[in-house]
Amino acid sequence: MRTQESHPIDVGAVREDFPILERKVGGDIETPGEGPDDTRPLVYLDNAATTQTPKPVVESIVDYYYGYNSNVHRGIHHLSQEASVAYEAAHDRVADFIGANGREEIVFTKNTTESLNLVAYAWGLAELGPGDTVVLTEMEHHASLVTWQQIAKKTGASVEYIRVDDDGYLDMDHAAELIDDSTAMVSVVHVSNTLGTVAPVADLADLAHEQDAYIFVDGAQSVPTRPVDVEEIDADFLAFSGHKMLGPTGIGVLYGKEHILESVQPYLYGGEMIRSVTYEDSTWEDLPWKFEAGTPVIAQGIALHAAIDYLDEIGMDRVQAHEELLAEYAYDELTAFDDIEIYGPPGDDRGGLVAFNLDGVHAHDLSSILNDHGVAIRAGDHCTQPLHDKLGVPASTRASFYIYNETSEIDALVDAVDDARQLFA
Amino acid sequence: MGMGSDMYRQQILDHYKNPRNKGEMSEPDFSHTGENPSCGDTITVNVRLEDDGETIEYVTFTGDGCAISQASASMLSEKLRGLTLSELDAMDTDDVTEMLGVDISPMRIKCAVLARQVAQDGAKIYDGDIDIDETTTED
Ligand SMILES: Cc1ncc(COP(=O)(O)O)c(C=O)c1O
Repeated sequence: MRTQESHPIDVGAVREDFPILERKVGGDIETPGEGPDDTRPLVYLDNAATTQTPKPVVESIVDYYYGYNSNVHRGIHHLSQEASVAYEAAHDRVADFIGANGREEIVFTKNTTESLNLVAYAWGLAELGPGDTVVLTEMEHHASLVTWQQIAKKTGASVEYIRVDDDGYLDMDHAAELIDDSTAMVSVVHVSNTLGTVAPVADLADLAHEQDAYIFVDGAQSVPTRPVDVEEIDADFLAFSGHKMLGPTGIGVLYGKEHILESVQPYLYGGEMIRSVTYEDSTWEDLPWKFEAGTPVIAQGIALHAAIDYLDEIGMDRVQAHEELLAEYAYDELTAFDDIEIYGPPGDDRGGLVAFNLDGVHAHDLSSILNDHGVAIRAGDHCTQPLHDKLGVPASTRASFYIYNETSEIDALVDAVDDARQLFA
Repeated sequence: MGMGSDMYRQQILDHYKNPRNKGEMSEPDFSHTGENPSCGDTITVNVRLEDDGETIEYVTFTGDGCAISQASASMLSEKLRGLTLSELDAMDTDDVTEMLGVDISPMRIKCAVLARQVAQDGAKIYDGDIDIDETTTED
C-alpha cells in the first residue's frame, strides 16, 4: 500500500475500499441504507464499537457463499473439503497474526464476550473456589467484569480490582499488592475502551506467573489497533472480536496456550467436538475443535482471514502509528477548550480513542447534536459503568478512530461540539 | 450557529435552561422518583391535589440529567395543572412528543417519557393501585 511521507497510512486509498464511508445520513431510519432524505455526509468515529468492512472482506464472504458454501469436517464431498481447508487455514492465519504456535491454540467463538465466558465457565467453574481471587482492573469492560463477578459468586471466589489512578494509569504497586498466592486468574483489558489506557500486560503477566496464576488479556481494543504477540506479552489467554478489526460480526477469537487448553474441559457439547460417542460416554476431538461444538462460524472465520490479510498488508505498526496520531490530534483539539474534560492518559500516550464530556451538556444531548451533523460517536458508559461511577459522571461521549479516519473528520467533530456549546450557552 | 438541531428547538432549550416549577414542595399529596439508569437521568415529581382528591392543583419537580428529560419534566409540570389523575393516567408517548413539539429519536424516547412515567406511577401508588419504591424506564 502506498503511503505518504508524513503519514503512516495512505488514507485516501484505504477509503476507496469502504463504500459505506461515502454514504449520507440524517433522514428516515426505518429503512436501512441511504435514502433520498439522507443529506449529511457520514463522519464515522465509532470504531471502538465496531469497524467498517472493506471490499475484500465482503468479497471473501460472497466467494464463500457463491462458490464453496458447505458444512466443515463432515462431508467427504468436494465442497466440504474446500470449506474445511479454508476454515482451518483461517485458524492458522489468526495464529500467525498474534504469534501463537498453531491452530491448536486458536478457538473461534462469537465475540470477545463469549471467549471470556468460555474460560470463565470451562476453567473458572471447575478450578475456582473459596479463598481464590480473580484480579481485574477498575477499567474492565463489563464483558470481563460481569463474567468474573458472577463466576466468583457461583464458586465462592472473590474479585479484586487494580486501581486506576487520576491520570488513567493502572497503579502497578497496587497490582503487585493484590496479586498474591491466593490469585488464580488475572484478567485485564489491554487497551481500555473508555480511557484509551494501554495496560502494561507483560508486567502483569510476570506478576501473575510469579504466583502461578493465569493471565487473561482482553484484546478487543488492542489486537485491532497495534501489533500484539502472545509470546512477547506471555498471555495465557487472549480474546478479541472480528467486527472490531474489519471483519464481520459473529466471530471472536480465544487464544489459549496449548497445554492449558488441553487441561480444560469443553464448555459446549454436541457435534463437531467429539471423537467417539457411546450411549454411556464420549471423548473429545483434538484442539481447537474440542471447543467448537456444532456447525461453527465458517463464513465469518474465512472473512476474518481476509480482514487480517488486509491489515497485515498495511502493517500493524502503521495502524498503530496512525491511531496514535489521530488520538493525539483529537486530544489536542478538544483540550484546547477548557469546558471539555477528557478521561484517561495524555494525548501522546493512549490508544486511538477519546472519551470526554462538554461541561453543561449531557453526553446524550451532545451525541444527539453530533448525530445531527452526521458525526457517529458513542455516548453512554461504554460498558464500563463502575469506571464511570468512579469518574463521577453518568456517561461520556467517545470518539474512536480507525485506519480510514482523517484529521478533517476530527475537525468536523470539534465543529459539531462547538455547535452544541453555542446551543446550550 | 451551525446547522442547528432538530431535537433541540428553542422551546426545549428554554425549558432546560429556565425550568418551570423546579423545586421541592412542602406537604405534597404525593411525591415519586424515577430514573433512566443508563443515562443517569433522575426525576422526582411532587403533586398537590385539589380538595376533590382528583384534580391536580400544582406540580413541582427536581432532577438531573439530559436536556430532553429535564425539559420534558418542566413542560409536564405546567401541563398537568388542572388535569385529573385519570387524565394523567391516559397520557401516552404521543402526548409527550406532542407536548415537546419535536420529533424524538427512538433512542431518546425513554428520556422524554421519564417524567410522565414518574407522575403516572406516583398517582397509582397514591391510589393504592401499585406498590413500588422507584420508577425505572429499564428493567
Ligand atoms: C475492551 C473490550 N472488551 C470487550 C468487548 C466486548 O466485545 P464484543 O461485544 O465483541 O464481545 C469490547 C467491545 O465492546 C471492548 O471494548
